[in-house]
Amino acid sequence: MSLSQPVVDTSPSVSDEVRKTTCYMCACRCGINVHLKSGKVSYIEGNRDHPINKGVLCGKGASGIKQITAPSRLSQPLRRVGPRGSGAFEPISWDEALELAVAWMKPLRETAPEKLAFFTGRDQSQSLTGFWAQGFGTPNYAAHGGFCSVNMAAGGIYTMGGAFWEFGAPDWERTKMFVLFGVAEDHDSNPIKIGIGKLKDRGAKIVSVNPIRTGYNAVADDWLPVTPGTDGLLILSLIHCLLEAGKVDLGYLAQFTNAAYLVDSTDGPTKGLFVKNAESQPFVIDRRTGMPAPWDGKGVEPDLGAVWQGHRTVFQHMAERYLSPDYAPETVAAAVGIPAARIRGLAADLARVAFDEAIVLDREWTDFRGNVHQTMPGRPVSFHAMRGISAHSNGFQTARALHLLQIVLGAVETPGSWRMKPPYPKPVEAHPTPHFEAVPGKPLSGPHLGYVRSPEQLALKADGSPARIDKGFSWENPFSAHGLMHMVIPNAAAGDPYRIDTLFLYMANMAWNSSMNTEKVMEMLTAKGEDGEYVIPRIIYSDAYASETVAYADLILPDTTYVERHDCISLLDRPISEPDAAGDAIRWPVVEPDRDVRGFQSVLIDLGARLGLPGFVTPEGKPLYRDYADYIANHQRRPGVGPLMGFRGNGDLTGRGAPNPDQVQRYIENGSFFQAHVPEEAAFYKPWNAAYQDWAVAMGFYESPQPYLFSIWSEPMRRFQLAAEGHGHPQPPDALRERLKVAMDPLPLWYPPYGETAGAAYPIHALTQRPMHMYHSWGSQNAWLRQITGKNYLYVPTKIWREQGFRDGDWARVTSPSGTITVPVAHMAALNENTVWTWNAIGKRRGAWALDKDATEGTKGFLLNHLINELLPEQGDGMRWSNSDPVTGQAAWFDLRVRIERVEPQAIVQPNFPTLPFPGGRA
Amino acid sequence: MTQLPATTAKKLGLVIDLDTCVGCQACVTACKGWNDQGYGVPLSDQSPYGSDPSGTFLNRVHSYEVQPEAGPAQIVNFPRSCLHCEDAPCVTVCPTGASYKRAEDGIVLVNEDACIGCGLCAWACPYGARELDAAAGVMKKCTLCVDRIYNENLPEEDREPACVRTCPTGARHFGDFADPTSHVSRLAAERGGFDLMPEMATKPTNKYLPPRKKAAPDEASLLAPLLDVQATGFAGWLDRVLGKI
Repeated sequence: MSLSQPVVDTSPSVSDEVRKTTCYMCACRCGINVHLKSGKVSYIEGNRDHPINKGVLCGKGASGIKQITAPSRLSQPLRRVGPRGSGAFEPISWDEALELAVAWMKPLRETAPEKLAFFTGRDQSQSLTGFWAQGFGTPNYAAHGGFCSVNMAAGGIYTMGGAFWEFGAPDWERTKMFVLFGVAEDHDSNPIKIGIGKLKDRGAKIVSVNPIRTGYNAVADDWLPVTPGTDGLLILSLIHCLLEAGKVDLGYLAQFTNAAYLVDSTDGPTKGLFVKNAESQPFVIDRRTGMPAPWDGKGVEPDLGAVWQGHRTVFQHMAERYLSPDYAPETVAAAVGIPAARIRGLAADLARVAFDEAIVLDREWTDFRGNVHQTMPGRPVSFHAMRGISAHSNGFQTARALHLLQIVLGAVETPGSWRMKPPYPKPVEAHPTPHFEAVPGKPLSGPHLGYVRSPEQLALKADGSPARIDKGFSWENPFSAHGLMHMVIPNAAAGDPYRIDTLFLYMANMAWNSSMNTEKVMEMLTAKGEDGEYVIPRIIYSDAYASETVAYADLILPDTTYVERHDCISLLDRPISEPDAAGDAIRWPVVEPDRDVRGFQSVLIDLGARLGLPGFVTPEGKPLYRDYADYIANHQRRPGVGPLMGFRGNGDLTGRGAPNPDQVQRYIENGSFFQAHVPEEAAFYKPWNAAYQDWAVAMGFYESPQPYLFSIWSEPMRRFQLAAEGHGHPQPPDALRERLKVAMDPLPLWYPPYGETAGAAYPIHALTQRPMHMYHSWGSQNAWLRQITGKNYLYVPTKIWREQGFRDGDWARVTSPSGTITVPVAHMAALNENTVWTWNAIGKRRGAWALDKDATEGTKGFLLNHLINELLPEQGDGMRWSNSDPVTGQAAWFDLRVRIERVEPQAIVQPNFPTLPFPGGRA
Repeated sequence: MTQLPATTAKKLGLVIDLDTCVGCQACVTACKGWNDQGYGVPLSDQSPYGSDPSGTFLNRVHSYEVQPEAGPAQIVNFPRSCLHCEDAPCVTVCPTGASYKRAEDGIVLVNEDACIGCGLCAWACPYGARELDAAAGVMKKCTLCVDRIYNENLPEEDREPACVRTCPTGARHFGDFADPTSHVSRLAAERGGFDLMPEMATKPTNKYLPPRKKAAPDEASLLAPLLDVQATGFAGWLDRVLGKI
């Protein structure tokens, strides 16, 4: 053959048009360029200008093209015709569907609004859905944070007025050491990957603390295979080492935290609260005078070592607790599964980088006390954690412990450490408290979700029973800032605390992988009372795809895919800010739906108008908004402040300004996002930086500057502890007193996760995580992604593999205190020796998601959910509490304990369920 | 037999950093997406929603567990695609001349019009980098995005392979190994870039950067206690620590 080469066209036309919108293949919200050829999506790539992903895109994002054409897309509204769970539906028109929904809901609003429970799953429009529920007047609203990562959010807010993920990020440009606790591939996806790439470029050290060495842990320089549920103990041991060596940032603690507040030592109802002055303000002792001085007084030098009238500072309480030998590495090593020398080594590394390799930016700034600082010193140590430490029954206190570690190192909001993203920092006091009083025909008096500061703010009825169906903000979980979506169906089925009529769900797979005890939840959804009616009488569900939950609804409102809709990623909700800029974004229909489906938010606005909800109708009762796009541009939450911050007024105002009818179009022209940059002198020390506070007010985040001190000692928690000790009103039920006394400790502590009560018969920890290419992805039926991961194994560590005599191809029977599954196993060495795990949500119910009945997701894929009860074992008093964190109600997925035994290879996993038909049949 | 060019003016290829790759599959699906609508026939999928889905991918990522002699087990994520070898056995084995190595830049391509789908090249490739598309019956392989890297319809910054453009951790680098000053040449030199299976004498153009040595913490640097807290009591500790302010 000759060397004559074919001529290759190296400059083919790429596409007819590029439309820029926002990805929704997970919760990360990257900017995407959607290429169109002949009106159809031909290619999706990252938007280089976008602040979140800067051009890159993950495995999910690039596969979005298959989500748009997936056969599992619903195509029309459906009304159930067979028994619930059978999947038998008939198509109906949108008018019929909406009128039916109104016919069910309107009488509830007029008589008992709490009988509507509206819970949204992977909802990115919570400022709308919450506003709608508030207008309806039901207290029963939340999104999915309760079964996701509320411990991280609440632990952060209560401690430092910000948390990981959308609230903050490591200073990737400057940090020299990054410590990652637990599975964190979920939040957030591309920014962490980009950040890890930057650290690798600079040779910065990455340490992973995780029972499982997959994903980001694979590239870590050091790996500590911690025992699940003991991260808090490990962290407090690190704090012990730092205190013991005097390696804590005393100046930072004195100036920026409540370490210098005095803790009341008087026995009685004020014990453990802060000593207050005549203006009911906590104060500090000024080192210059030895006298009390305002905490925010100009020039005041708070004294960490002060003792005043017998009251000692928070710093002394803190140091005394963690210097105790109880937290020595040698004491905790066996429990955490890490040798003492390794714990001491990590503490030494942290101290070396934070203090010996400190960095200084030459930027002048003025603090809230009026003191001018010539430079911005920084501690280049950063941390990240998410569900790994969060999804335990001690997760809230563990999150608090991790933030305390950051704080004692001076590694929050300083250069090189970890930085908050606007509108954070935002102290607990700047958040609403929960609103929950249902009045027929009236809206709720305020937002549902908030941050409780004291027992009288709990969502309790006059008789002391929970006001919310999920028992959110009750004594069982006082700080449940995101609600408890995982308890809604069990509680509604049990009529505890009361019965509901209509369950309205959006984008939440509660009949499958988003519920604990899945098989029982299916039974609850189909259970009938003595009258022959369903115990949960009506279920309305909106989803874009034929998920398992569709089969359990009575009315289906089919949603669009993410490229066919408007959406708003708002500063009122969960924006896309970065530490140096506030950011928000939209989605818009880059292609029109080819089915009879409607974006859920537009449907909700339509329903709001049909129901005459305040905020959705004009004074004459006419619809206020045409659709979601109209709402995005014209809704005002406060005068001048709406869902989007950019292009307000005539298009030239940012943050505050009159609604602009062209706003959505201006966003589209701008790549579907907007950024407002934090001034340079305001970029660090934000909670205390006067320039930042002024900028935040100008932006409309709050109405006046809100400087505050970090809460090493949490006074709200102490108030609950006092209640448990018998002080004040209201009082907790006696059965919860002991648990509250421990869990509501005002200083971070560690206690064994409640899963330990399973006992010696269940010696093995069992965890789940989702693969990076599917995390938060709405349906892993994606044609490309399921070729990468279409079934899952239970991964077994070497020790157990050998003990059980496992061989390749074996299966195992896995038993927990509440269930048994039979599943395929595989060996993995890079794993904590007492832990098994699997990929979550690969397993599908057969027939769901428009997969063939023999698809591997249904025959070889499985869930651990069947092993996890939504209730803890009975405590001897006849009461069964939710399997959740006692502070926040976060679902304690990772407390699970099991035993396993080898079985011969099987044809199909157990349990298995009848194959679902495609809802409404094939068009 | 098909001849290889004696030399190529450029040696375009990839540096893949195994110390940075987290195995996220971004390069896999970005590649699939671009090439499904790019050079040659689409990358088909068979039974995409069935019990045994399969399809054509030009780039796949595998994760391997490595147990070093000392220390804990490690996971290495290993992206695999055509290495654009200088002595490419897939080219010399091709009976029709469909497989060829471009003289100007060293990219190994398949001229699909001439491909008879005999599969010899896939057998010859020691890396398993070629996949016969089951629908079209022609051999598919990484083109180094030959329809992107010179494409004047793309902004200049986008003229790189789709896998490189999308990689979130920046673990993939594209450039000319014939130029010793290029980014990829320097990376390979500085980080010990290695050839995959050098014993096969294929002279791969692509280089892999090895995982950096995972150092154990230096126990000699452990923190010295400020003083013996047990002996002095908390008060002694407090005096000492606050004396440092």
